Amino acid sequence: MTLATATKRSARRAPDGPGGGRTAERGAWFLVLPALIPILVLSVGPLLYGVALAFTDAQSGRTAPTRWIGALNFRDLLHDTLFWDSFRIGLLWAVGVTVPQFLLALGLALLLNQELRLRGFARALAIVPWAMPEVVVGIMWRLVYNPDAGVLNETLRDLGLGDGRDWLSGLATALPAVIVVGVWAGMPQTTVTLLAGLQNTPRELHEAAAMDGAGAWRRFRAVTWPALRPVALAVTALNLIWNFNSFALVYVLTSGGPGGRTRLPMLFAYEEAFRYGQYGYAAAMGCVMVAVISVVLACFLAGRLRGGQDA
Amino acid sequence: MNLRPGRAARGGQYAALLAYLLFLAFPFLWLLSTAFKPPRELASLHPTWIPKDPTLANFRQAFDEQPLLHAALNSLAVAAGAAVIAVLVATPAAYVTARLRTRLSRAATGWVVVGQAFPFVLVIIPLFLVLKNLRLVDSVPGLVMVYVVWALPFALWMLAGYVRAVPAELEEAAAVDGAGRLRTLVSVTAPLLAPGVVATGLFAFISAWNEFFFALVLLKTPQKQTLPVVLTHFVGAEGVADLGPLAAAALLATLPSLVVFAIVQRRITSGLLAGAVKS
Repeated sequence: MTLATATKRSARRAPDGPGGGRTAERGAWFLVLPALIPILVLSVGPLLYGVALAFTDAQSGRTAPTRWIGALNFRDLLHDTLFWDSFRIGLLWAVGVTVPQFLLALGLALLLNQELRLRGFARALAIVPWAMPEVVVGIMWRLVYNPDAGVLNETLRDLGLGDGRDWLSGLATALPAVIVVGVWAGMPQTTVTLLAGLQNTPRELHEAAAMDGAGAWRRFRAVTWPALRPVALAVTALNLIWNFNSFALVYVLTSGGPGGRTRLPMLFAYEEAFRYGQYGYAAAMGCVMVAVISVVLACFLAGRLRGGQDA
Repeated sequence: MNLRPGRAARGGQYAALLAYLLFLAFPFLWLLSTAFKPPRELASLHPTWIPKDPTLANFRQAFDEQPLLHAALNSLAVAAGAAVIAVLVATPAAYVTARLRTRLSRAATGWVVVGQAFPFVLVIIPLFLVLKNLRLVDSVPGLVMVYVVWALPFALWMLAGYVRAVPAELEEAAAVDGAGRLRTLVSVTAPLLAPGVVATGLFAFISAWNEFFFALVLLKTPQKQTLPVVLTHFVGAEGVADLGPLAAAALLATLPSLVVFAIVQRRITSGLLAGAVKS
């Protein structure tokens, strides 16, 4: 919707805009349309349709016509303890993955920014998880976590740390186990972005700070971090969203089990929509997810931006 | 100049780097090891890193159990189709977005970010219903359409970065020399933009090749399913019994994206950088 209104406004203003003459502007429209129409029809449109569905009783395989039912879906959701359990797990997962992901990626990016030997090799290796299909990542870690043939339990046995356990089906271990996989899978992208940011920090400033006798930590605080902050902020915000909305990894690892301990909101909504055919109810879940993630994100960004002005 | 850390610090850095690489590499090495182990070793209570009797039987069995080759061809068709269409559609738009700073360009870049925030469920349910009415559910063209749209925002973003990297002065110089608009685009801009276009296309290819959620929802007929969906069938009912073929199939499914990624890795990172820094 924002896109549609914004483009309308830009069209009206075009002649006095900074975009050059009238004909150039018209030609520009012609070039943009092939990309704009699919996005409007298959991305913006479905989103609005999806929001509308949340206020209906749409179901699969029903002969009676779909009716508007107002906020009934949302009222039901409010009392759906299973959904809120899943929601809590989703938030735990999103934060539990995003924070270590950022810290580990920052460490790796700082290392890769040094003039170490094997740096090229390390950089190439560091992004391998990025290239893998999420399904394969899930399968791979199932092999690692496998109670009998898995390398994790075998290593624990070798180190004399007990017999190991069935990580993915233990009630207490399942969520931490999938969080580790989430961190692993998302690290490369974060690392590459942070590394790109690091390479933009002015080297002269570093040298000047070193001349003035600033240690590594002070150099990081005073020179590196201020330059890196915008990138770090953006990548963390995006990671938070991506992780909250993730699906494939956990679907392959645990399918939400044991006993719903890893049932992320996306898995819950997927089952509701495509196993039980409750389209309207699932769309309402999607709306709640968007609302909450927007609020969390707004708080996060506002807090960080204010923090920046204090520093 | 004490920018170079001391010997102890250097050692620490190498140790940390080694730890990182081990953490990142060990699951993949284990996959590799499992894929070449005979059933007897897989059932052993003390699995080893290096198979004692490496075998290719797992790969053969994987092909016997699931229609892997067929699924791979499906994936290839879907991913290649989506990548080509996405690039064809996105390149002109990206050019305009980068060269003319209109509200449209800002709205387009804004949508790249905003679009990320919506959970796929909210998009897939209506999309599923719409495609169902168009009889495009459970069809390869339907999935290609979805992937194109899914890849477009990011492709636009990357390509706009590449366009900005082509100096506008070059185009102006060509215009001064009397080249028409089209001529300028074809003989000045296009050659400089080509590597970026290829990189963006390959990126769209990998994304589509790896994608799972939309394929899971939209494709029901087993003959039409893509590789990631077929891979999950290994995990399903049998579970533990089939670790070897599972690993073998997973390994094969990764190879294409690994190869493509190795080729474009440098360009993708620089493209991300260009898109991120200059927009």
